[in-house]
Amino acid sequence: MRTISVLGMSDHIVKSFSDDLHQLATDITRMGGLAERQVGEALDVFMRRNAAGARAVIERDTDIDNMQKEIERQAIRILVLRQPVAQDMRQAVTPFKIVNAIERIGDLAKNIAKRTLVLAEESALDAELLEAIAEMGKLVRQRICDILDAYATLDLEAATRVWMKDEDIDEQFDAVFHKLLSVMRDQPEAVEACAHLLFVAKNLERIGDHATNIAEIVHFLVTGEEMGTHRPRGGSEWPTVS
Amino acid sequence: MTQIGNVTSQHAPSAAPKEALQSSPKAAPDGADHKIIARDVDVFYGDKQALDKINIDIPNGAVTAFIGPSGCGKSTFLRCFNRMNDTIDGCRVTGRIELDGQDIHEKSVDPVLLRARVGMVFQKPNPFPKSIYENIAYGPRIHGLATSKTEIDEVVETSLRRAGLWEEVKDRLHQPGTGLSGGQQQRLVIARAIAVSPEVILMDEPCSALDPIATAKIEELIDELRETFAIVIVTHSMAQAARVSQKTAFFHLGSLVEVGDTEEIFTNPRDKRTQDYITGRFG
Repeated sequence: MRTISVLGMSDHIVKSFSDDLHQLATDITRMGGLAERQVGEALDVFMRRNAAGARAVIERDTDIDNMQKEIERQAIRILVLRQPVAQDMRQAVTPFKIVNAIERIGDLAKNIAKRTLVLAEESALDAELLEAIAEMGKLVRQRICDILDAYATLDLEAATRVWMKDEDIDEQFDAVFHKLLSVMRDQPEAVEACAHLLFVAKNLERIGDHATNIAEIVHFLVTGEEMGTHRPRGGSEWPTVS
Repeated sequence: MTQIGNVTSQHAPSAAPKEALQSSPKAAPDGADHKIIARDVDVFYGDKQALDKINIDIPNGAVTAFIGPSGCGKSTFLRCFNRMNDTIDGCRVTGRIELDGQDIHEKSVDPVLLRARVGMVFQKPNPFPKSIYENIAYGPRIHGLATSKTEIDEVVETSLRRAGLWEEVKDRLHQPGTGLSGGQQQRLVIARAIAVSPEVILMDEPCSALDPIATAKIEELIDELRETFAIVIVTHSMAQAARVSQKTAFFHLGSLVEVGDTEEIFTNPRDKRTQDYITGRFG
């Protein structure tokens, strides 16, 4: 469990206000941890093509959705009761965006699990391709872990590092994409499986994007200012085919 | 003590026309249209210094909110703008305050006429113990702004309409103003302030004695009036300051800590003291 930091904690004249903000940050971090675990398990069951495990991942997605609703309810309550301004306002408003990003990460993990159910029927998949997706998955998992740590500790530098680093995931996605094209050219019978693998890779790339979205939210939460717009980008949204 | 419009003065009203104080609006150095410019303003109550070197520009056509804990000097500073502090024994104001480029402390400035240009609304509604009609008619009549019955009738109706009160009182104009509800009384004294065609309206916690509906009506009125007047409001309600003002100034222990666009002050204040105050962390 991550240690939680709250901006200007503990010194509200009304103590219950500080308690509410702390509870909100704690629950968001728990929700993030759940999504992080879902991504990890989705990747594990995908690599082992474990259908039962994939079904468990799919079922657990409801927990994330429920947490989102509960956190939004808490944030609305704080807005109504406390009418927060300045850093308190940011702490009460950013949850709506963060839980949305986390919920999307959960959905993408669920999608990987759904693809796994289909791929579990496939006998042979290209080992090199699986390895490349596994590498990409490792990077994505690390990125989620880093951004959730940065959120929990309100570490602006760590959040900025996540924001700056998204290009390596994009580059890996490009590499996987081109490998998939080459496999599909060489083995027409593998086209269906490759189409599913392409979605798995794209889901991972999107998870990376949500990590950078959360980095932007953390930046606003801590500084009250939007992040700059110029982020280095490795690949294109969908790589071009030469 | 004589009361004129909604301002209080020790002085008898001057016979000089109101225009005596008028001067052409002066553009501020940065190009913004500033109605009032205060420089190095100190205020003392006897030996005790209540305000220390205050510098601020009050824009035209906008609402400026003064916020800060009790005793920080915000109401004292508000009263500087129409020399209401002159009426307080032992109160001494130094520094320069310009209204449209003219120093309001110059000998040639008649404080009574100044207070017609810079009207004031207080925390507790203070209608005269006269009819609704007379509450409005008194100021314009004494300042020579309206003389005939038709003219005065017109000023009364226009002022009450602008204050959003006309429809509620048009059938009982000759009943006592004190018989109105608190919110109506507050709109009556705003109408009374408007009746003498002021340029600035100072409001010292105008809604603190009102219920949420009366407060909403006053806030709506402030929003409508700001196009015509420079409005300065002292309020203890952070939400109200955020809602009604375009500029916010935070005072603490007699100093002006931070002044800026209201949106900026309430989303991302620069000074930790401002942040601590508006977020309820003041120790």
